[in-house]
Amino acid sequence: MSAFEPPPLADEVELAAPPALVPGAMAHSRPYVAAPAHNQALGFPGERVPDWERRAVEKLGELLERSRALRVFLDSCVKCGACADKCHFFIGTGDPNNMPVARQDLLRALYRRHFTVAGRMLGRHVGARDMDEALLQEWYTYFHQCTQCRRCSVFCPFGIDTAEISMAAREIMDAIGLGQKYSNEIIGKVHKIGNNLGLPEPALANTLEGLEEDVLEQSGAAVKFPLDVHGADVLLVTPSADFFAEPHVDGLIGYAKVFHQAGISWTLSSHASEAANFALFIGSYEQMHKIAQRIRQAAIDLGVKRIVFGECGHAWRVAYAFLNTLAGPWDFLDPAYPVPQHIVEVTHELIRRGGIVLDRDTNAGKTVTFHDSCNVARASRMGDAPGGQFVLPREVIKAAVPSFVDMHPDTTHDRTFCCGGGGGLLTDDLLELRIKGARPRMQALKEVVEQQGVTHMAAICAICKTQFAKVLPAYGFPMEMVVSLHQLVGQAIRLG
Amino acid sequence: MSAIAAILLVLATAMLAAGLAYRLALWLAAPVPLSIPTMPAPLTRGGAAMRVGREMLLFHSLFRADKPLWAASMAFHLGLALVLLRHLRYVVAVPPAWLVAIQPVGRLAGWMMMAGLLFLLARRLLVPRVRMVTRTGDVAVLVLLLAIGTSGLVTTYLLHTDILAVKAFLTSIWRAAPEGLPPDPTFLLHLLLAILLLAIVPFSKLLHAPGLVFSPTRNQPDGSRRYRRPARWARTLAGGGQ
Ligand code: SF4
Ligand code: SF4
Repeated sequence: MSAFEPPPLADEVELAAPPALVPGAMAHSRPYVAAPAHNQALGFPGERVPDWERRAVEKLGELLERSRALRVFLDSCVKCGACADKCHFFIGTGDPNNMPVARQDLLRALYRRHFTVAGRMLGRHVGARDMDEALLQEWYTYFHQCTQCRRCSVFCPFGIDTAEISMAAREIMDAIGLGQKYSNEIIGKVHKIGNNLGLPEPALANTLEGLEEDVLEQSGAAVKFPLDVHGADVLLVTPSADFFAEPHVDGLIGYAKVFHQAGISWTLSSHASEAANFALFIGSYEQMHKIAQRIRQAAIDLGVKRIVFGECGHAWRVAYAFLNTLAGPWDFLDPAYPVPQHIVEVTHELIRRGGIVLDRDTNAGKTVTFHDSCNVARASRMGDAPGGQFVLPREVIKAAVPSFVDMHPDTTHDRTFCCGGGGGLLTDDLLELRIKGARPRMQALKEVVEQQGVTHMAAICAICKTQFAKVLPAYGFPMEMVVSLHQLVGQAIRLG
Repeated sequence: MSAIAAILLVLATAMLAAGLAYRLALWLAAPVPLSIPTMPAPLTRGGAAMRVGREMLLFHSLFRADKPLWAASMAFHLGLALVLLRHLRYVVAVPPAWLVAIQPVGRLAGWMMMAGLLFLLARRLLVPRVRMVTRTGDVAVLVLLLAIGTSGLVTTYLLHTDILAVKAFLTSIWRAAPEGLPPDPTFLLHLLLAILLLAIVPFSKLLHAPGLVFSPTRNQPDGSRRYRRPARWARTLAGGGQ
């Protein structure tokens, strides 16, 4: 199926020891460069600007003034290496540049050279480097081998977050005209049409109608998939993959059934038909802000009372952690609900107070495990208490299926491993990297499959679902193993 | 001799203070435009402060990451803290009882610190992934600390220095003519290297100490659905919400 066959997973149950170093192992892995039109649509220079070396340094200086995190992170690393073996890409590839500290050092080299006394005086002895073609190529290669999953930041004694560093590096590359095709093309589509797929309103309406017919046929219930309904209580903002991809769409059907059964009036918006905000991946606050404004606009236009997000990891990060700042204040919404809410929070609360009833027997034969999405786990929360992002999804799954099993504790909760496809890397030009990066998760999955008979892995992220559907077969698992969390809910819910 | 040492010491202290002040000013001048704590994070400011405290005193994240590294790092930092505490008696005129009481502990701490440093150095040179990210500067700092520790232990155990003279010197730095330093080479080396260490703190990775306190992933509470935090530079963006 794929251009790359990974070596078989280890037999031993314990997570593998850190790999041997293979310098340059992934030096060939680079995503397609954005065409001038993709860059220009976002206001970036179409092609490499003439004095790009100087411009890169200048842009770094601007970013340093805009972000304390960047400054502190660039100044504070002690090269202890505690983060080194924590990255799924290092574990999966052995390429030393995929150690988080080494990845940071690619940007730190330029920082040291131009913004520190030691770097100006001592040069390479303190890791300082000038901007040149070689450094830029390393940037493009290895800053596109980071899914910005923040696993390294959990373990760093100073909380240094390589995600922030790779976002900054990508921002600098965009500023000199070296954009990444996948992310920039998609962001352009959102600005123009409203979603990553470039799905216009009529096509969306059509798709939703089709879903209504399907659900009616399967369950006999007239579950609605409303679009642009003025005056609905809830605006549901969900990743556009939910409209057509498998197993995403089964999740969307699940949300619709929950709203239907609980009697909550809701609507999708054709203006904000996308929860994803890929501007996060390229580190651009301005782009992120612009995309977030669509949600504000839709909420105002439709006169809704609440905003609920569907299953998507980075989207929930942007929603939970940034939306209030980017597009708030939300004083025109119902203050009785947090803004925004996650669909899992809604479903969890309904189950708790009996607003919906789930029947586990409908999922008979399934033993389910749960993949904590990195952005949900390490960059957001659900519910009222810290760690709710781990508890709520598990409780909802347990209410929907007869048997639930957790994977190895080194691979769950805030120590979860990225699926290998986040951060703007979910593109076929990076397939080998994605397969290798999924290795730690696949290893942990293998353990529970073999020892505890796990049949399905539930996910709450559009990127995770797409990525797993693609890489599971490479590791000898059926691609149907990955399911949407609300697919399980949709199956178990008693309608009528 | 004494005059030179006094000048260097004052100069180094000034560099330390000015360098740190400048660095902190740069950090504080830059906003944190978004909420980025590593989750799960405490919900309150107090909780976040506790989190930073736990990192500072217990190296909590490092403990989760790498137990041997945590142990070595703890041995070194705790040892250093106790040794520095013990050094107080060279500057306070009449050492209080507790300071006298901790002297033996302080001596033990010297060994603990050295053991920790040696482990860190060995790890840096022997573990391939750590060696890979090591630059001359990283080894230099360890060697400097080891040299300070060794010369200190030598003056404590082998070539005793006239402590009273040292004390007289340190308390007389501010006078026009500082009092005589004991002319023992090991001691002078110890002093000189310590002065060097002070001077390079703001220009080296030793900035990690204040860095921990200012690290947004650790010191931000989790409250983004309740509070907005648009940075000044972001308020110029068009559209609602700024
Ligand atoms: S953020 Fe994730 S992908 Fe990036 S360096 Fe850290 S662990 Fe690796
Ligand atoms: S754990 Fe933190 S301080 Fe240590 S090498 Fe990694 S980024 Fe640097």
